[in-house]
Amino acid sequence: MARHVVAPVGEIPAGGCKLVAIGNRAIVVFNVNGEFFALNNRCPHKGGSLALGYRTGLLESPEPGEYRYSRQGEIIRCPWHSWEFDIRTGRSWCDPQRLRTRQYPVSVEPGSKLVEGPYQAETFPVTVENDYVVIEA
Amino acid sequence: MNMELKQPLRTAKTKLAIVDCDIHPRAMLEDVRPYLTNPWWDYLQTYGLRPRHGHVKGYPFPKPTPLASRRDSWPPTGGPPASDLDFTREQHLDFYGIETGILNPLQPSGQGDQNPEVSAALAFAINEWQVADWVRREPRLKASVVVPYEDAAASVTEIRRRAGNRDFAHVLLLSRTGEALGRRRYWPIYQAAVEAGLPVGIHVFGYSGWAMTGTGWPSFYLEEGIENATTTQQLITSMIMEGVFERYPDLKVVLIETGFAWLPALGWRLDKHWERMRDEVPHVKRPPSEYLREHFWVSTQPMEETDKPDELIDVMEWIGFDRLLFASDYPHWDFDDPFLSLPPSLSDARRRAIYADNARALYRLA
Amino acid sequence: MTSSGAGSIDCDVHPTVPDLRALFPYLDEVWRESIEQRGILSFESASYPPNAPITARPEWRGANGQAATSAADIGRHVFDRFKSSLAICNCLYGVQLVLNEDMAIAFTRALNDWIAKEWLDRDERLRASIVVPMQNVEAAVAEIERLAPDRRFVQILVLAMQEVPLGRRQFWPIYAAAERHKLPLGIHAGSSYRHPVTALGWPSYYVEDYAAQAQGFQSQVASLISEGVFAKFPALKVVLMESGVTWLPGFLWRFSKYWRGLRTEVPWVDRPPEEIVREHFRLTLQPFDAPAKPDLVERAVAHLRSEDMLLYSSDFPHWQFDGNDPVPAGIPEGLRRKILVENPIATYDRLKTDRPQEGVR
Repeated sequence: MARHVVAPVGEIPAGGCKLVAIGNRAIVVFNVNGEFFALNNRCPHKGGSLALGYRTGLLESPEPGEYRYSRQGEIIRCPWHSWEFDIRTGRSWCDPQRLRTRQYPVSVEPGSKLVEGPYQAETFPVTVENDYVVIEA
Repeated sequence: MNMELKQPLRTAKTKLAIVDCDIHPRAMLEDVRPYLTNPWWDYLQTYGLRPRHGHVKGYPFPKPTPLASRRDSWPPTGGPPASDLDFTREQHLDFYGIETGILNPLQPSGQGDQNPEVSAALAFAINEWQVADWVRREPRLKASVVVPYEDAAASVTEIRRRAGNRDFAHVLLLSRTGEALGRRRYWPIYQAAVEAGLPVGIHVFGYSGWAMTGTGWPSFYLEEGIENATTTQQLITSMIMEGVFERYPDLKVVLIETGFAWLPALGWRLDKHWERMRDEVPHVKRPPSEYLREHFWVSTQPMEETDKPDELIDVMEWIGFDRLLFASDYPHWDFDDPFLSLPPSLSDARRRAIYADNARALYRLA
Repeated sequence: MTSSGAGSIDCDVHPTVPDLRALFPYLDEVWRESIEQRGILSFESASYPPNAPITARPEWRGANGQAATSAADIGRHVFDRFKSSLAICNCLYGVQLVLNEDMAIAFTRALNDWIAKEWLDRDERLRASIVVPMQNVEAAVAEIERLAPDRRFVQILVLAMQEVPLGRRQFWPIYAAAERHKLPLGIHAGSSYRHPVTALGWPSYYVEDYAAQAQGFQSQVASLISEGVFAKFPALKVVLMESGVTWLPGFLWRFSKYWRGLRTEVPWVDRPPEEIVREHFRLTLQPFDAPAKPDLVERAVAHLRSEDMLLYSSDFPHWQFDGNDPVPAGIPEGLRRKILVENPIATYDRLKTDRPQEGVR
């Protein structure tokens, strides 16, 4: 596992995401109200690109006819078959134990720390004034 | 915001040739204007399409995604999914290495409209548009002869107009017709198809004007998806029990977007009841499952999914590996990925049959 | 004459109403008078044309062509010949077709009283389903409440095709009553003909009507689950009767696949439909819809992935099989024992406690 600097914090706003390539892996980084989460971008069902999915919340029902909607922005639905994945865990809603997309540790680091390395930065300059999103993958 | 990253190119299993038997090119009404007379254009501007349900825009069961499409299928040039040939090439034909794709245009094809003359005018226009905008520009694609099926005479005219034209692969009907497809009012369509040497493709959806089930209207799109299979079971029952295949022994029928796991059980049930009540249908000379086996091909999508793929392979065996045709349903949301959908344990020979060989033989593809 | 069904519980036999007048003793004067005055002939349903082959096996028909017109008929065939120990009567007289609600309620009550008196009272091995007037939900619940104290009624009987799908909330008071009294909801082939039996209009032939019943059952299973009936009534059991069997696995693969992508449309369905079906649904055996190939039968039944779902039935007097064994070859022996006795007892709560002692007539 290596640590990869994938974006300045300001590049991924709340509710947004960024798709990055690390080696031959496609990883999508989501910003959920200031918290960052990184998931394997490939839907474990049939391979749709989660970065192109629909960002929504969790819809549950205490009983038929009642709708309980929560966690707006924390669920990503695959752009193909609409399966839901929890951005915080990578687990599918329909089969959370068996069907999940891999999650990678993410941290936000100050540029002052990053300039010392060893980090693999993307093709943007790292400056001491900024904070950066770092993935362990 | 997203850094555009191409999916890694697929290798190994991409080597097999693929004929995709269900691609849905989408026309905007303006696209077919060149092929409509001015009075029809004016009519459509004023009254619009009037399918056999009450919605001016949209459907009785709202789709799960806009235009029921993959969210990644909207072309960067604007316009709806599969309206842009270049993007369709990039995202689908080239990406998967599709050898041949059969186009099955849906609305605004006018099929099943309350006004049969609208259906006839639009069917002609959509057929012209398929050839001009798609097939002539992309030799991997074949068009469908869209017919105004509630008007058999007009349908025959349209089929004869396209007969002998190798741009067209089959005659296209929808599954929810005003009467079951075995009824004699539709037989001229079968006769014309046989004369033209074209299979008849029946694609799910459409609105018959009747409730979507024998027990009334369901509530959810989820149910509509299930009822696409039950409706197909009913139209097959009708075609067999009315004796269509005794009358047209060369007729070939392709079931499209129906899934297939329900097919063997239907044949078994029909055999059982036919055995008991064949005196009612003396024109049906053989067990219904034999007509099913001989006259029907079935495209794979939406392929049933099970955590025991061997069960699905049982079903494929019961149907016959020479009768299954791969279909993706691009660009729709319940798209089957050409590389990932078949059960992994399927042998290469069977894969080849489903991916391409069966379709090449059926459609006489070079 | 042998039958391997010894001791079995036959979950689907059909008493025939020989004549509308048979119900007269159980009808108020106003309805008897109406029948006479208007010349109403019969409420036999087109789902089973009286002389159609499916409606009665030829050797079981009496001199007038009817079969199963008395408790003794069932005794002779189901108990003596097939060696069953209990049988559940599902009367298919077409009271569900009646459009006048008051008339429907009156005839349904009369039908149930006729069953209790002319059938259940005459052979203690008989049980029956409560026919309910689905034309009016309040009246249906009242009929269940009226008859539930009679523990020989073990189930609620409705038809596979109605005016609206069975999952709709308007019917939920019926399911509350079913759950309260531990009565399974039995859905039997047949239609009240509020719609053509297919989504494509009226078929030409009766054989198509009968074949279409299998699609009606699929629609009802989809509806009951999608509308959340089992989220609301977790103890409710549903028995599909004369539904056929082999359509179920493929249907469940399709349903569960779609549910994974569409479940937010029905957020109360919080687990795969196939799980819900295996827990809540049971199916009677006949007509068993697979060819007479034992290895194929075994595979097709294995696709159900449950040994708990099938319930023995002869479907007497309907002509679904020849000979004396309703259980098709290919059903493994262990499963056969479950189908014959254990599964019916597990399904029908009232059979657990109210079985007659062995050999008692």
